[in-house]
Formats: sequence, C-alpha cells, structure tokens
Amino acid sequence: MKQISPDQLKDLIQGLQYRGYITIGPTLQNGAIVYSEILDINDLPIGITDSQKPGHYRTTQTNSNAIFNYVVGTQSIKRFLYPPIQKIFSAKFTEKKIEIQELDKPSQRYAFIGIRACELEALKIHDTIFSKSEFKNSRYTTLRHNSLFIAVNCSKAEKNCFCTSMNTGPEVKYDYDLLLTEINKNERHYFLLEVGSEKGEDIINEFDFSDADESEINEKYKVIEKTKSQIEKFLETDGVKESLLQSFESPVWDDIAKKCLACGNCTMVCPTCFCMTVEDYTDLERNSAERIQKWDSCYTLEFTYIHGGSVRVSVGSRYRQWLTHKFATWQEQFGTFGCVGCGRCITWCPVGIDVTEETTKIKKLSQLQTTSLEEL
Amino acid sequence: MPAKKHKPKLAVWKFASCDGCQLSLLDCEDELLKITEIIEIANFPEASRAIQPGPYDISLVEGSITTPHDAERIHKIRRQSKILITIGACATSGGIQALRNFADVKYYTNLVYANPKFISTLQHSTPISHHIYVDYELRGCPINKYQLIEVISAFVNNRKPNIPNTSVCIECKRKSVTCVMVSQGLPCLGPVTHAGCQALCPSYNRPCFGCYGPKEAPNTTSLAEQFIELGLSKNDIVRAFRGFNAYSDAFRKESEIYEK
Repeated sequence: MKQISPDQLKDLIQGLQYRGYITIGPTLQNGAIVYSEILDINDLPIGITDSQKPGHYRTTQTNSNAIFNYVVGTQSIKRFLYPPIQKIFSAKFTEKKIEIQELDKPSQRYAFIGIRACELEALKIHDTIFSKSEFKNSRYTTLRHNSLFIAVNCSKAEKNCFCTSMNTGPEVKYDYDLLLTEINKNERHYFLLEVGSEKGEDIINEFDFSDADESEINEKYKVIEKTKSQIEKFLETDGVKESLLQSFESPVWDDIAKKCLACGNCTMVCPTCFCMTVEDYTDLERNSAERIQKWDSCYTLEFTYIHGGSVRVSVGSRYRQWLTHKFATWQEQFGTFGCVGCGRCITWCPVGIDVTEETTKIKKLSQLQTTSLEEL
Repeated sequence: MPAKKHKPKLAVWKFASCDGCQLSLLDCEDELLKITEIIEIANFPEASRAIQPGPYDISLVEGSITTPHDAERIHKIRRQSKILITIGACATSGGIQALRNFADVKYYTNLVYANPKFISTLQHSTPISHHIYVDYELRGCPINKYQLIEVISAFVNNRKPNIPNTSVCIECKRKSVTCVMVSQGLPCLGPVTHAGCQALCPSYNRPCFGCYGPKEAPNTTSLAEQFIELGLSKNDIVRAFRGFNAYSDAFRKESEIYEK
C-alpha cells in the first residue's frame, strides 16, 4: 500500500491523461455530484458533502479540503459504458439494395476516478449481462475492457445507503485497478493507494510513491468502520426472493401505485437497470435510415406494448415487475440480486418511495399470510 | 429508394393560437428545402399566398376552437384531409385561452371590449379532438421542430413516429440533467408531463411547467401531494396545473380538486 498527497493525485490524473485516458470523475454541477470529464484535480468536488433522504438530495460546501466526502452522485458510470442514446447502425438505399453501415468500434479509453464499492458491483452485474451472456454487447465490452477503474472507499454514508445489506460495500474489495482511501485527520490530508490489477501496477510504476506505514494503513480500516457504523438502512435479504414470488397479489402493489408516479426515474438512475428500446428513423428524402438504441424503463406503458395494448397497465403491476426483477427473478436470470444498495432509486424518486421499506412490507405480509395492510 | 412521383400535399390551418407552432415549420430552415422536395406545401397562408385547392394528404392544424364559426370550419377541413394532425397545446388541449373555461367569458368580454355585443365567442376553448376525429396529436407549446419533421417523415414513409408519451424525467435522466425537484425542492411537473422537449426547462435549472400536457396515465394526485410537502399552497397547485394545458383532462381534474 502506498500513500500519496493531493499533489501526487494531481500528477496521477495528469499521468492518465498523458496515456490517452479520458479522465471521468465526480464534479459539482447545479448543486449535485455528477460524473463528468475532469481536466484537473480542481474539477473534483473539494470540500463538498451531500445529504440524502428519500426524495431529497442536497450538497453543501464545507471548510474541509476532502475530495470524496460524499456518497454517490446523481448517476453511476453506466452512461459512459452503456450510453443512454446510441446509434446501432445506419442503412443507405442504393439503386437496388439496402446497404447496412455498421459503426466503428468505440475508441475512447475512460479512466473512472472515485467510483464506489456499490458501483463496481453494478459494473460486475453489467459484465454478466453484456459480456458474458449469449448475446454480447460488443460496444460495452470494448469500452469496459479499455477502461481503468480508480475506486474510492466511502468515507461517509448517507440515509439511503444500504450496501451492507446487499453485501456490496462500503469497502472496495475487488475489481478495481487502483483504490484510494482518503484520510483527512489531524490536519494531514493524504490518500492510501492500493493496486488491484496489472493495468494499475503499470501506471503506478511510473511514479515514485512512498509506501504507507502501519499506522497509516490502520487509518483505512478506521475509515471503513466509521462508514459502516453510519449506515442506518437495512434490508433483510434472506427470504426476499421467496416472499416476492409468492406476492403477486399483494395489496402492497396497489398501495404503492397510489404514490408511484411511474415516471421512470428509479430505473434511469439505477446502476444496474439495462433495459433499452430501439427507434427506427428514416430521413425525409428516403435515402437512409437509422436504428437508435435508448435507455427504456419498465414503468412506461409502451414497454409492454404488444399488438392491441400494454400487458402491464396498472402502475402497481409495473412496480411489481421492477421490484420482483431486482430482488427475485434477477437471481434466476443472472445469479445475483439486481440491486447493489446504492440508494439512488430512493433519493431520486420525486415522491421518495423506499425500496427497502416496500420490500420489507411485502415480506412481512407474505410471512403473516395475510392480505391486510392494517395488520402490519 | 426513388421518391414517389406523386408528392403528398400539405396544408397548414390556424385556429385560436399564437402562430408559434406554424412558425416551427418555417423555423425548420435547414430541413425546409428537403421538406418541400418530398411534400408539396399546398396551403400555408403564413408562408405563401399561392394556395391550392384541396383535398390534402396531410393537414396540420394549429389552435383551439373558440368561436361558432371555427367550430364549423374545422369540419370542412376534416372533409378535405386524408390525415389530420393537430399541433401544439392549443389544438391538443385548448391552450392557455382555455383558462376562460374556468371563468365566465362574458365577464371577460365586458372588461376588454368597448362593444362586447360584436363579439361572437364560445364559453369554452376546446381542443380539435372534441370536434372531429384526429389522426395524430403533436404536443408542446410550442411544438419541437424536430418532432414535427419526425411526424411528417413518418407519415410520408408510412411508419410509426418516434414520439414517446413517457415522462419528461426520462429525458432529463438520459441527458444527465439533475432533478430540480429532488435537489432543490422546486415544484416540477416533469413526472406527469409528456416528453418531447428534450427536458428544456430542467436543462436550464428550472422546473417543468407542463407545456407538453399530461403524459400517459399521469399520477397528478401523488405529485400534487408532494407539492404540498414542498410547501406549496392549494392556490399554488391550482396555478401549477392551469398553464398551457389547463383544460387537458388530467390537469383540469387535479386543479379542480385544489380549487374547492
């Protein structure tokens, strides 16, 4: 384990840019932490901290010089590896035939700075879906393969964090190239730096970073313990799958539907949601056509539109689909939960619907074998 | 694919409106010449005096029905049009002038006109679809010119227009626009409003005021309750839903609940 100063982190970011990486990190935009391209360490949210509650997000500027003193921002890195709007192919009409023009392989190389344990877990889930399944997403696979991941151990938790329940954090344990732990103690500000891959090793070898001593290494575990102790939200995942699969007729669905706006925010901010739709366009002169892929949401009526109408008309049935997929059928499909406990769906729900509360309610009802909400 | 010999004829009609949506067609600029290559603009008084007689393949109708004369005229237009597409908030929901529907129009005419007896107007401003069958409705105040081109292109090419009727939130999130309601506590109509503007207002850090009207199956009740949580008064909520689409079913019903 190495220890580096903020100035050395600045050098590290520059080093990545020299190597041709597009450096993506947390930035402050309109009062929120947003992953975006950074050119310099000063683009990072220095001294910014966040507070999150169901349907509520605020940031504040503090006197601290800490860079990563927030939990998770508006969206994960999903939008870089799996863009929200993506052309799949275009076609040209020539005299006698249609000529399909495939896209070039993506050439950009991203270095993601500041990603958290829950986000790495989401990345792993996307790897399973896009790179290891029968139907590969070659663009995702290329982009992901060419990317570098510089993770950060969370130094605080917020009201909507429940990574400990999903067993995904707060400690970053694997799948990173480099790992930072920010220590800001006794007026000393530094980062502990660990290497997790050959790619990471290769980059660090260019620098002359000094080794961390034992007392510094201990600080890492203190940070993780402190963060863990701040996590208040809890979801008992044992038996969730069974309860959900038995609760197709639960009164909870209609109850949620009274509040749920079916706006799709939760699915858009979810780091694992991967549903998309395709739209076909023709130009005015009828010479060419395009197929565009866009992020979609299971909350829209069109999502299940088949000849004659939508399958999931009621909002309750759409919420049920989402929640059951996340916590039950995802396991059958991909072998894990579809939730990493980042809490974004709770924070960014305009009316603050809490997945952990609703899941717990459903589980209790199914265990009580009752359909009366009053009995809870 | 070679263009068909017969160029579809397009007509543009105006009812009670500000002309902004018609202007979107002229505003196409770069694409306007291409449009005229594939369709013949046969009747568009705002653009040209050269008016050709009907029937027309596509009619674009702007504005709402506010006078007895217009209520008759729209039927004549329908009879001359193979496909009739209404454009903008006035034509699809009655427009801002539908605020009269919640008041007494006679009271207004007495206030405004020196000789109100010459004014022949209906008590209600109503969308075109209340009077005739409409093939397609394009929302917005004003409409988005790219959506207009998309609709024309789709009808000419016999395909479905890519005009989703989902929430504005989806456009915000695809664009990585931070939610102004969650991060600033601003009352945003985005979660109940029809997409299509590319999240214009939230992109400029302002809440959506619903100029595209209600999205598919909007839960206005829940959003209004959330507005109360954010500190809005009942009167604020009435005003929030009484904008350019005040007379659309969902927005009207919600505003009436809070008016009581």
